[in-house]
Amino acid sequence: MTALLELSDVEVRYGAVRALRGVSLEVRQGEIVAVLGSNGAGKTTTLRTVSGLLRPVGGQVRFEGRRIDGTPPHRIVGGGISHVPEGRRIFAQMSVLENLEMGAFQRRGSTADELELVYGLFPVLKERRRQAGGTLSGGEQQMLAIGRALMSRPRLLLLDEPSMGLAPMVVARIFTILADIKRTGTTLLLVEQNAAQALAVADRGYVLETGEVVMSGSAADLAGDDRIRAAYLGEALT
Amino acid sequence: MSAGTTATASARARVLWRSPEARRLAAWVFGGLVLALMTGPSGSQAAPVAGFTGSLFHPRVLVFVALGVALWALSFVRARYGERVRETSVHLTRLPARLVRTRRARYGVYLVVLVFAVVYPPTLSGFWQEVLVDQIGVFVLLAIGLNVVVGYAGLLDLGYIAFYAIGAYSGAYWTGALPVHPPFHLNPFFVIPFAIAAAMVAGVILGAPTLRLRGDYLAIVTLGFGEIIQIAATNLQGVTGGAEGVTGVPHFSVHALGVHYAWTLSNLPYYYLLLGFVVLVLFGFRALEDSRVGRAFTAVREDEVAAEAVGINVLKYKVMAFAIGASTSGFAGLLEVSKIGFVTSQDFTVQLSILVLVLVIFGGMGSLPGAVAGAAFLQWVPQILRQHPLFGYQPQDLYIYLGALLVVMMIFRPEGMLPSRRRKRELALAEQGIGTADAMSGSADPAAGVAP
Ligand SMILES: Nc1ncnc2c1ncn2[C@@H]1O[C@H](COP(=O)(O)OP(=O)(O)OP(=O)(O)O)[C@@H](O)[C@H]1O
Ligand SMILES: [Mg+2]
Repeated sequence: MTALLELSDVEVRYGAVRALRGVSLEVRQGEIVAVLGSNGAGKTTTLRTVSGLLRPVGGQVRFEGRRIDGTPPHRIVGGGISHVPEGRRIFAQMSVLENLEMGAFQRRGSTADELELVYGLFPVLKERRRQAGGTLSGGEQQMLAIGRALMSRPRLLLLDEPSMGLAPMVVARIFTILADIKRTGTTLLLVEQNAAQALAVADRGYVLETGEVVMSGSAADLAGDDRIRAAYLGEALT
Repeated sequence: MSAGTTATASARARVLWRSPEARRLAAWVFGGLVLALMTGPSGSQAAPVAGFTGSLFHPRVLVFVALGVALWALSFVRARYGERVRETSVHLTRLPARLVRTRRARYGVYLVVLVFAVVYPPTLSGFWQEVLVDQIGVFVLLAIGLNVVVGYAGLLDLGYIAFYAIGAYSGAYWTGALPVHPPFHLNPFFVIPFAIAAAMVAGVILGAPTLRLRGDYLAIVTLGFGEIIQIAATNLQGVTGGAEGVTGVPHFSVHALGVHYAWTLSNLPYYYLLLGFVVLVLFGFRALEDSRVGRAFTAVREDEVAAEAVGINVLKYKVMAFAIGASTSGFAGLLEVSKIGFVTSQDFTVQLSILVLVLVIFGGMGSLPGAVAGAAFLQWVPQILRQHPLFGYQPQDLYIYLGALLVVMMIFRPEGMLPSRRRKRELALAEQGIGTADAMSGSADPAAGVAP
């Protein structure tokens, strides 16, 4: 089976800074894949490269078998990849409904079905649909950011640290919903520092360190690995 | 004995001087005197102090002192009762909005305004008819064009008049008035597409490379572009007629379907022509606001990164907004040049670009009724004041007063005369610390400028 998304030997630079030094990873249809790593490891850079915001200087990015590196971001969204950016980046001054409609910018025509889907996953967004996005709580904003990304009916959803700055209970709720989204047939590539939560929902995972993949495997294997437990799960080595 | 009383008096004076209000009053009055000096007559070699005496030992100095005291009183009231004043003013200004809440009522108001705009001007004197065309009509068109750039897309364009110049020179060129001759001569009506296209192409050429950068760069580049166009027009005398200018740009005329009509220097027919075009453009921009393109403009203005994330081609829409504004400016340039029949590079100053920006901000960024009302009001009031016996200011001082007016407006009503709903919400949210009230984009993430 070919991968839905495949990065092979991707290298990305910010000027002289080599942020990704030959990253290879793949995401198969229907999976949740987690990319773990500490600050500055290159997680955000990886997602921004997939969504076309950055252009790799080396390597390839393939989506459904076609090369997408160098494709402009709006084409990539149209092509079936949605990005929930780091720090949510909702339109603070637009209402919840306007935010969601913005998410369907690439889809002309009625958005009723997509709205129903998103409201089904996040009932709170329906309640708050007239409220300005910026006045939502952090957790609601994260839900809005995910909902907005779903409005374009992506086949692959990229999530950049959805747990950032949220209380453990809210994080747990969001991760439950991520599992629900997976059940609707959407594939997820998830970037996280919260390794425990991420590995709990993910099928497989990669560990990124200073722009390189240093470990990969099934979520269960990674969660059981001593080094992971020490570095990311905050457990002392025994 | 007497030494003692002087001491207490001077002590009292010192205490008074120490009170911040007294100092502030002194500062305001001093400011008024400076303004009196600046706006008064200037001296000459023969009478070196004439400027000084003519300004300060003349009854008009009282006006300026009174102005200083009044502004001090205003700032005092604001400091003490600012909240209350603001609340009442908000309440009062909401009243008309509340009366015309429904869409239908709003269109009713527009219709009344339009009827008024049709039947009232013929009753005016020739002077006011000219003001209506050259000062108000043309600037309303300019303001609604810049509103697309600044208000909808949040791009700061400081060289807007350059496109007006391009439209004007296109008009002069295609009608054969310039020293360089076109392949064929056209009636101004047929120049319209050429003038619009020329300004739009200039907008795209300038916008496409610079709009990739953050907002502040656009302001600098457009400022430079405005200067370049004016200086080039001045120096290319053999092409443009330079600062002396060229005359003989023909008027609009219609020769079709048995109708023969030619516009002349007389104002009223031009006024109606302009009114027709403005209404047409207004309808177009109103439709734009609600369209997919309009929503993309809003998204880009609010958050470029988010806009990119939802699949909006940010650069494309920025260039589009910029070019729409440019072509409106070019269109206005063509109309004006054909009306006055004359074009000189001296008209296309940076002040004029700033003036149009002021009109848009004053009226309410992102609001079509605001842009129209702001332009009409700010272009009309100076003409009234100029006629006024007490306030007969000198034309070159106009910008001092406009600046002061804008400052006062920004303090008491930052959203402008007739703000858009969205802008009102932005300012309200910004007060709670949510989002930015900063209407110009460029607040996007710093990585955007670095990404290859
Ligand atoms: N715009 C930029 N210009 C220069 N260097 C950058 C830029 N963005 C990121 N970097 C560098 O690239 C490296 C990877 O950054 P990245 O944002 O991908 O990390 P991350 O894994 O997402 O970290 P975090 O968990 O803190 O979000 C870091 O060393 C960072 O300093
Ligand atoms: Mg990151």
